[in-house]
Amino acid sequence: MNFDFSDDQKQLRDQARKFLAEKCSPKAVRVVLDGKAPFDKELWKGLAEMGFLGVAIPEEFGGAGAGHLELCVIAEEMGRANAPVPFSSTVYLAAEALLIAGSDAQKKKWLPAIASGEAIGTLALFEGKGNPSPKSIKLAAANGVLNGVKKPVPDGAIADFAVVAARTGSSGRDGDISLFLVDLKAGGVEVKSLTNLDPTRGQAEITFTNCKAEPLGAAGDGWSILTQVLDRAAVLCAFEQVGGSDRALEMGRDYALDRIAFGRQIGSFQAVKHMLADMYVSATLARSNSYYGAWALSTNAAELPEAAAAARISATQAFQHCAKNNIQVHGGMGFTWEFDCHMYYRRANAMALGLGSLSYWEDQLIDRMRKKNAA
Amino acid sequence: MNFDDTPQEAEFRATARAWIHANAPRQYEEDLRKSSLGRTQLKNADILQVAKAWQKKKADAGWACLHWPKEYGGRGASPIERVIWQQEEGPFGKLSAMFIIGHGMCGPTVMAFAREDHKRTYLPPLASGEKVWCQLFSEPAGGSDVAGLRTRAEKDGDEWVINGQKIWTSGAHYSDYGILLTRTDPNVAKHKGLTMFFLDMKSPGVEVRPIKQASGASDFNEVYFTNVRIPDHQRLGEVNDGWNVSLTTLMNERSAIGAGVATGFPELFDYCSSLMLEDGPAIEDRAVRAKLANWAVKASGLRYTSMRAISALSKGERPGPENSIGKLVAGSMIQDVATYALDLQGAAGVVSGPEDAELAGRFQAMLLRAPGTRVEGGTDEIMRNIIAERVLGLPGDIRVDKDVPFNKIPTKGRN
Repeated sequence: MNFDFSDDQKQLRDQARKFLAEKCSPKAVRVVLDGKAPFDKELWKGLAEMGFLGVAIPEEFGGAGAGHLELCVIAEEMGRANAPVPFSSTVYLAAEALLIAGSDAQKKKWLPAIASGEAIGTLALFEGKGNPSPKSIKLAAANGVLNGVKKPVPDGAIADFAVVAARTGSSGRDGDISLFLVDLKAGGVEVKSLTNLDPTRGQAEITFTNCKAEPLGAAGDGWSILTQVLDRAAVLCAFEQVGGSDRALEMGRDYALDRIAFGRQIGSFQAVKHMLADMYVSATLARSNSYYGAWALSTNAAELPEAAAAARISATQAFQHCAKNNIQVHGGMGFTWEFDCHMYYRRANAMALGLGSLSYWEDQLIDRMRKKNAA
Repeated sequence: MNFDDTPQEAEFRATARAWIHANAPRQYEEDLRKSSLGRTQLKNADILQVAKAWQKKKADAGWACLHWPKEYGGRGASPIERVIWQQEEGPFGKLSAMFIIGHGMCGPTVMAFAREDHKRTYLPPLASGEKVWCQLFSEPAGGSDVAGLRTRAEKDGDEWVINGQKIWTSGAHYSDYGILLTRTDPNVAKHKGLTMFFLDMKSPGVEVRPIKQASGASDFNEVYFTNVRIPDHQRLGEVNDGWNVSLTTLMNERSAIGAGVATGFPELFDYCSSLMLEDGPAIEDRAVRAKLANWAVKASGLRYTSMRAISALSKGERPGPENSIGKLVAGSMIQDVATYALDLQGAAGVVSGPEDAELAGRFQAMLLRAPGTRVEGGTDEIMRNIIAERVLGLPGDIRVDKDVPFNKIPTKGRN
């Protein structure tokens, strides 16, 4: 049994950590947090040059052709650094949708552009409140044009193209949903930026009016493709959340070692120690569940749906728990704009919602476990 | 990343599997599979006798205490082979419960500190289960604070005279030998005046009294010592160095990887899958599903954490500190799981007789045994301290009794 990353993959992780420590300091993150830039363009360019954007994209489409395990270790570092770039929307959602369902021409058009950092992509799925479901998709596709509104769309305001989920039937079944590719720089699209919980990653409302779109995958396959994309993204996001959890735990630990109160390090009080120990427990459970997700993702195993849901739930809980208690360990200073704690708190809580909320994934996990047991 | 055995591991697994298939007491397999925390019993058989017979059979074929050297009754196997054996032994591994203390704690301590002739005399019958050992550390005045123990050992010629009381001794009532931590110098700080021995539990002056637990069962005992004499050659380690000796014992206590800790989750998931509530199956109820999902990811998280440790062993590396979370997570989880399984039954959940209760009272038994899991082998609080100090590097507690002679430490909270 070798339920661990390889030495090469660990080396890649170290390389990514070093790169991000240099190029993505909290100060750099704050430029985007403070609204002075929509995302960190320099960092994005650097990630492309390092080959990180296309690490799981096959070489024939301009990527490094490494694989999803390599993407997992990079994702962990992106989460640890709180990187203010459209990595998850472009790489986990748009690129994965293209890899699963894109035609050769579509892959040739967009994947090299993603790997080189020229194109930002996203997935336009949600239409207001609610979790992913075929019923919630109202945006209409007919005669090659789309009409409707998507919101929130992650990184929608800076994206060059979007994978759009649309309704092409009214039978009440999953087959009513189809996917489309839309060049957001062409006509028929109106984009509005939305203020949101985590300003280091933008959200937008996109209105499509007789917008030209080409099908992605077969008509009626939309929901099935989306389910696969969300499962893959759940594992990759889980690694970002694991990276974020670890960083928040370290920040809390370091502060507990440095801060003196009542004449002693606050980390010597059991109330503080036990809080930090519990954060370590959450982070460890999340990491282990995520490793299993990585294995399932990289081998395209039949276990992926269950593994993805478990990784998603566990990593979401861990990041929220660690980010929340990191502030608690810091006391009042943790609640200031000046300290970095709130950046992780914001990211943790925004990530908890992005692919559908915890209650959605809890439901999914039990469904999938029942299916497995029945089989 | 893969879950495959190396060719060597696969060969070892095949050999182990074939031997277990041919030799295990399979008439008890069903009962053992159905056993859960607080309820391990065999129909029409004395589990102690079945366990001893299985252990002896294993020892005769070289499958006992796999990681011990051959000359002491083991197999000289690698850590990963030990894990593979445990995986293959499956439900029959539950029969090893009565040997865990002896094999996991007493044996390694004897191996590290006893005279060579003692090792050759005492270890093989311990490995084969012919002799059962217990561990005599905890006292009424020293639980988590083990070094606060008061049982006295006083030198008299070539012997030591023991007086005092131990508590929470698992299996003392069927044990042949024990390792005993005593105070030999009360005039120095508490950690500095302790000495370790091993002794025959049939020695004159040893009295074992079972403790009736909250569950009604009796797995533990009080052990009283009245002028019990132990020859000096049964001392383990130097005089007054018992604390260091005990650390060897305690380190071994938590080193058993891959055995898997009980969470109660598989039982609860099965139960919710079959239980009908007013509006349909419990597992289709949203509130039930949310609870199940939260426990599911804890159970799977523990399972994969253990696999990470096994992978390290397979590569010949030392596992990281991750495994220290196991008992802490599983202990309170199984308590919560049992509480919830009863909650789902409404008022009927109170009925606990095996003939009336759901699943023969499995969840009631789990509920009543679970508080002990959160205390034994390191309380939840001690486990959190260990994680905070050894894994996260936080400072140890300020110890107000550290440099105080033991006999000057206050013994009462209020007067």
